[in-house]
Amino acid sequence: MATRPIEQRTRPAPGFAARPRPRRRGGPGRRERWYAYGFLSPGVLGLTVFTLFPVAMAVVMSLYDWPIFGQRSFLGLDNFRYLLLEDPGFLVSVRNTFLFTALFLPLNVVLSLGLAFWISGSRWQQVFRVLFFIPAITPMVVNAVIWKMLYQPQGVIAHYLDSWFGIAAPNFLADSGTAMISVVVMSVWQGIGYNLIVFSAAIDELPRSVLEAAEIDGARGLRKFLRVQLPLMSPAVFFVTTMTMITSLQVFTQTYILTKGGPGDSTVTMVQNVYENGFVSRDLGVAAAGAWLLFAVILLITAVQFLGQKRWVHYEH
Amino acid sequence: MSTDKVRWTPRRLVSHVLLIAVTLLFLAPVVYAVATALKPPGETFADPASLIGSHLRWRNFADIFDYLPFQRFILNGLLVAAIGTLVVLTASSLGAYAFARLRWRGRDGLFLVFLATLMVPQEVLVVPMFILMQEFGWVNSYQALIFPWAFTAFGTFLLRQFFRGIPYELQEAATLDGCSPLRTFLSVMLPIARPALGVLAVFTFIGYWNSFLWPLIVVNDVSALGTVPLGLELFFGQNGSQWHLVMAASVISLVPTLLLLIALQKHLVKGIAATGLAGR
Repeated sequence: MATRPIEQRTRPAPGFAARPRPRRRGGPGRRERWYAYGFLSPGVLGLTVFTLFPVAMAVVMSLYDWPIFGQRSFLGLDNFRYLLLEDPGFLVSVRNTFLFTALFLPLNVVLSLGLAFWISGSRWQQVFRVLFFIPAITPMVVNAVIWKMLYQPQGVIAHYLDSWFGIAAPNFLADSGTAMISVVVMSVWQGIGYNLIVFSAAIDELPRSVLEAAEIDGARGLRKFLRVQLPLMSPAVFFVTTMTMITSLQVFTQTYILTKGGPGDSTVTMVQNVYENGFVSRDLGVAAAGAWLLFAVILLITAVQFLGQKRWVHYEH
Repeated sequence: MSTDKVRWTPRRLVSHVLLIAVTLLFLAPVVYAVATALKPPGETFADPASLIGSHLRWRNFADIFDYLPFQRFILNGLLVAAIGTLVVLTASSLGAYAFARLRWRGRDGLFLVFLATLMVPQEVLVVPMFILMQEFGWVNSYQALIFPWAFTAFGTFLLRQFFRGIPYELQEAATLDGCSPLRTFLSVMLPIARPALGVLAVFTFIGYWNSFLWPLIVVNDVSALGTVPLGLELFFGQNGSQWHLVMAASVISLVPTLLLLIALQKHLVKGIAATGLAGR
């Protein structure tokens, strides 16, 4: 795409054009190529050592019994078979991760979209954006520790549920009925600011003329939102749902801090399963296999989203 | 909304009052954390609940240093994040320039390889990366905290997009003046790319500062090599019931990112809006 303009623009003034082309192109072209290799070398070297090689290693490791210390032996697909058929923890972690995503994704998208529209009418839009972004930028460990305090049985949430509404609060994080939803609420609080900014920017770029035309045609309120604004923003919605989906399937830190996967295994996520297989049970082969299964899930769902986007994402604008 | 005066209809007023209430509720956990950090011991869950304890106990912030070397965690975090950011900026701007503006065979193919690596989640990499660190003798080292994640293709991709938007005329003028590609890169392209470099730098820095899973795996000796999230987790594990101290430590951990947010808010917002993915 970009190469044609370069050739056109670098074509020298008419006087020079008379010179034989091959020599002109050969000289600087080769030099340019060597410069390019030089420029690329740190990035390519780093990517090879720290990404491409580990990916290849991860494939190999998933096929081996590979303890952190001790003898390795080839197993074929046994690690995968173990995870899918024998390991009681893995399928539970898949279920938990899906449950988290199924709760977190719609809540996050709907709330951040709603908030983005709400603040778009304010002249302090920028201030609101920054304020809602605070938990998105502060360390997840800190956010989780703060919420752990809020969720304590004698903590503020329980206190106000009791004194304002007379509801006896459950022990949010220790009750298997409320642990996951508590993690989700904290995560939505943490993650909403990010998507708010993406949506907010998309709202700012909505074409005025189309909106005005729609209003003249009588589109107001919810109708205007559903029929005009939302379709115009569909690329942003698609982007946000895809990215949020990917990150929520990788949830780890907040559950690790809030519940350590408990009570029982009711909030153990796929990443925690990988972490524990690898670095608590010290069975790196099983951990690698689990990581590939996580990757497969992410790829599969992302692929479905990309295939499905034709039905509802409009890129005309 | 811009400059024209907005009229305060009752509806707008109610909407704003509600919005401000929602914002305050949203920020309440952070405010409550700061308040708790200033409470005397044992008053965290005092009944009746109040934001401010019997007195403001600033000493909490000094006390946490008696339990764990928090200054060490902060310095470790700053060091790792600063060097990591420098490496990321160097490697990805050089690579991005070669992808965006130099002509060489295999360019598009190699770029596809770079893009493909973006899809691989960190979880797939951590397991073999740990083996790699063992082989390098890097387990429990600063190198292990810095280098494994300094060469992701994201920065290269982001800067390539930016470089492609810079007019060719500038590059040509430099070439006609006899600048080598390296010289052109250093004195023409980099200065223009400062906004993009800034966005990449901030998000990379925050990514390092906040990262948890990898330090948890590769650092054994937290009191020597711990970063802030790791140190906080350790502190929390040991003193979980002393909420006033836990919150003091938390608040200290919040400060660097909050300062960055306040100082660079406009750029951050623009950066997210423009690039979409950064900083996750």
